[in-house]
Amino acid sequence: MIRRAVAFLDQRAGAGSALGKALRYVFPDHWTFLFGEIALYSFLILVGTGIYLTLFFEPSSSSIVYHGSYAPLHGQEMSKAYASALDLSFEVRAGLLIRQVHHWAALVFLAAIVVHLMRIFFTGAYRKPRDLNYYVGLTMLILAVVEGYAGYSLLDDLLSGMGLAIGNAVALSIPAAGGQLATLIWGGRFPGAGAFFSRLYIAHVLVFPALIASLMALHLALIAIPRHTQFRGRGRSEANVVGTPLWPGYALRSLGLFFCVGAVLFALGGLVQINPIWQWGPYEPYLGTNGAQPDWYLGWLIGALRLMPHLDVAIGGYTLIPNPFWGGVLFPAVVFGFLYAWPATERRLEGDRAQHNLLDRPRDNPRRTAIGAALFAWVATIFFAGAADRAFVQLGVPYEGQLWGYRAASILFPIAAYLIVRRVCERLRKDDGHPGRGSGARVLARNREGGFEELPAGRAPGAAGADRG
Amino acid sequence: MRRARRIAMASAAALLGAFAVAAWAQPPQSSPRAGVSELDPQIRGSSSDTPMGEEGRRLFEEGCSSCHGFDGAGVPGQGPSLRGAGEAAADFSLRTGRMPLDQVGEQPLRGEPRYGDDQIRALDAYVGSLGPGPAIPRVRPDRGSLSEGMRLFTETCAGCHGIGGKGGVAIGAYAPPLGEATPTEVGEAIRVGPYVMPRFSEAQLDQADLDSISRYVRLTRDPNDAGGFGIGHIGPVPEGLVAWFAAIAALLLIARLIGERSDSDRGRA
Amino acid sequence: MIRRLLLPAAAAELVIAALLGLAGLAGLAFVALYAFDGGDTQLLGVALALALGLIGAALLVASRTAFKQRQVEEDRPEFAVPGEASRREDAIEDATETARAGLDGVTRRRLLGAAGAAAGLGLGAAALTPVASLGPRVGKLLGESPWHEGTALVEENGLPLRAGELEVGSFITAFAEGADKRDLAAAVIVVRVEESELELPPERRDWAPLGLLAFSKICTHAQCAISLFRYPSFPERSPGPALVCPCHYSTFDVLTGGNRVFGPAVRSLPQLPLRIDAGRLVAASELSGPVGASWGGVREA
Repeated sequence: MIRRAVAFLDQRAGAGSALGKALRYVFPDHWTFLFGEIALYSFLILVGTGIYLTLFFEPSSSSIVYHGSYAPLHGQEMSKAYASALDLSFEVRAGLLIRQVHHWAALVFLAAIVVHLMRIFFTGAYRKPRDLNYYVGLTMLILAVVEGYAGYSLLDDLLSGMGLAIGNAVALSIPAAGGQLATLIWGGRFPGAGAFFSRLYIAHVLVFPALIASLMALHLALIAIPRHTQFRGRGRSEANVVGTPLWPGYALRSLGLFFCVGAVLFALGGLVQINPIWQWGPYEPYLGTNGAQPDWYLGWLIGALRLMPHLDVAIGGYTLIPNPFWGGVLFPAVVFGFLYAWPATERRLEGDRAQHNLLDRPRDNPRRTAIGAALFAWVATIFFAGAADRAFVQLGVPYEGQLWGYRAASILFPIAAYLIVRRVCERLRKDDGHPGRGSGARVLARNREGGFEELPAGRAPGAAGADRG
Repeated sequence: MRRARRIAMASAAALLGAFAVAAWAQPPQSSPRAGVSELDPQIRGSSSDTPMGEEGRRLFEEGCSSCHGFDGAGVPGQGPSLRGAGEAAADFSLRTGRMPLDQVGEQPLRGEPRYGDDQIRALDAYVGSLGPGPAIPRVRPDRGSLSEGMRLFTETCAGCHGIGGKGGVAIGAYAPPLGEATPTEVGEAIRVGPYVMPRFSEAQLDQADLDSISRYVRLTRDPNDAGGFGIGHIGPVPEGLVAWFAAIAALLLIARLIGERSDSDRGRA
Repeated sequence: MIRRLLLPAAAAELVIAALLGLAGLAGLAFVALYAFDGGDTQLLGVALALALGLIGAALLVASRTAFKQRQVEEDRPEFAVPGEASRREDAIEDATETARAGLDGVTRRRLLGAAGAAAGLGLGAAALTPVASLGPRVGKLLGESPWHEGTALVEENGLPLRAGELEVGSFITAFAEGADKRDLAAAVIVVRVEESELELPPERRDWAPLGLLAFSKICTHAQCAISLFRYPSFPERSPGPALVCPCHYSTFDVLTGGNRVFGPAVRSLPQLPLRIDAGRLVAASELSGPVGASWGGVREA
């Protein structure tokens, strides 16, 4: 039966030899190479659940009066978008499950990308010939962040509406072009024309998913062509790849991972509530709530917007660079700019323009690991600053004091991270070269008489001079 | 050795994650003396000439006059005048344990009431007699409209207390969570405007509005959690913690089970 | 751990079959719950999660036991191997030559290149120009306001806002009569303080009758609605009356006319001069500044 299927394809598409090659394709086995797959499978679940949601969601900002089953909103005016989201949650069977799975999948998708990015960075996988693929990946990360923001903003609830107002202000803050750009996207001043919601919807369900999917296909192709990287080990070289063939071993494992991702997401979607929009109420531009937060992958931006002191650039009374620019545009631009520029920068710093197929362990390149750790510490500090208000309410730490603490930390922590991580990496490398040093092991050497004697502490075996006969 | 270290680190990370989720999901802070006063007694008014009035004056002079002055005129730098504060102000502060205040200059926070019910009534009556001020409102949540309550709460209260009543930052002050507030306390706070909270007269929020708002506040204690475990009802922060410490942690663990580890496949031909 | 599953092949296959069978049951349970139980989110989620998880487990067990595990080695393609790049010179040269050969016969390459660039620039400029038609109007769009001398303030229900409704220490949201409530400039927050507390600049002395002050409700930092009003009952030992934005906590002092005192906002909050007309609150003039976040066309006082 298998033969018939293969023959069918070969006779119509000449696919016989390609199929054989594909089935024998070799994947290295390390567990950290699966992070990208977790992201990929989350994306597939996003698309699947997303298609279901589009069957029910109404992306319209026209007002209606709610008469559904959620009592506290009875008789309230709200947009059709919000009302259709309420209906999805309360009137459509399994609607709330799919909605929640979709949102959890988005959070996990982005977290998986970040974990994957860290693996790529700290093992040097972005080096030639994979720097092009690394740019593709970074671009997907940016697209995913925007896609997530657009997705949860479509619901027009109080929290996400406030987020859109801020987004509009950030767009306005771009020097010279901001006024035009924001007005163009929103169709006027915030909250914008009715068309804005349709644009947001088409962006979220068509444009961005198509872009991400295309880039994903390119990403996978750029992995497959030079073959995946691998860690050093016996039998592994720059010129070969050692691992498991696609069929049967790798395909089953990968498929198994897909089902496990699905299981985790559906378990969360059913058991742990996420974005209960009925508890927030509908958005109006004249309403606000304390403690509003964006989804986690935008936490770094709210932290930056809150931490940045009240500086702007005004000349002759005209505002050149409004305040939201620093936290909302410049900060992410610096972070991504650094990440994009890193492969070329490292090539210049190390004078190394060769292809690399063997991965470094983080300790093998202390400078790279330390720089990555410093960047991560910087972003993470600002990220945590974004939740300082909740820390005040839950734990009592004064808010104004936290701001100053985080400002200082955002400078000191990256420096400390660099120094500490660099030291640790260098130490680990030294220990690798002399296994047993510092572990309390004792070194014995053969002496002239044929017996064993202990070497003085710190002396490696075979040290030149005195011990040999 | 290495394995043990890794297991230790993984357990530490898991514990830290669980702690983080638990900390965020906790009801927010109250003062160290926090207690619940679910009393919702009927208050009978009285003047300062009756036995209760005498008792009130005596208690006031003993426990309150050092900051609020004799005759409740206030002491500069210590405590405001209570002339015109009304019995609602006294009742709110005393029943929630905010007064007597331990430290002048700090925000009064909810705690164990220091006086018994009779004493509080006496003090309420005394303070009420000092000048015209808000009477203790009679708040009946069941008479209110839930949707009106949510609408009014969103417009008037959510800016400080958060849409879910979980509390918030007010720069220079703490807007407390409302989980322990009785309907009467909600009504009193609205009329009185304690500490830096604004206040609202009957002209702005009438009796029906108080009933509706307190009915919504009651809902926030036990909101509709159709989606499952509510993780604190404060939105994306605990959600992000769950995504990382539950989902990603689980998936990384599964990946680890599926894939190879360096130290075991090194040396494999 | 799965790697060390020391199940003999036959037993492993039974385990896999059992897992798959249970997964099937879980899937059917989902259908049953959907059809008969009214769709409880938690149960539906658990049923599907079990179905998916059991299949996943079956696959993972299968990948380690019933199916042969081999480790193989394969060569990488030439271009990807360090040092081999030089061997690719032939391929690179070949492709480059083919590309160059296509240009054979074209003599005036520089001229055509320059002309092509000119055409591209012209077309590009033409493509982008329509965006500029938003230009002069952007300032007008972003600067529009429904507030003029005599515009009445109304509450959310549309009824006129009476001066007597607010007591000292109170606040309310109001709108310009006749305006769309979603218009950013239409929403104001009206607060009342003691007249004796006011510290307004001389030109605004008569903007606050009876201690009533009105400000744009939209924060000048990032456009959230300012929904906190802080009014101390004991000013000596508490922070003063202020409006605070819940997004990034920009704080505006109401007594001095909306100056920023904390947080990332730079511009002060636009104030609406008020007057009382037959007991109702009415705008005495336009807002003191542009509404919403700053952008290039905004003039700072």
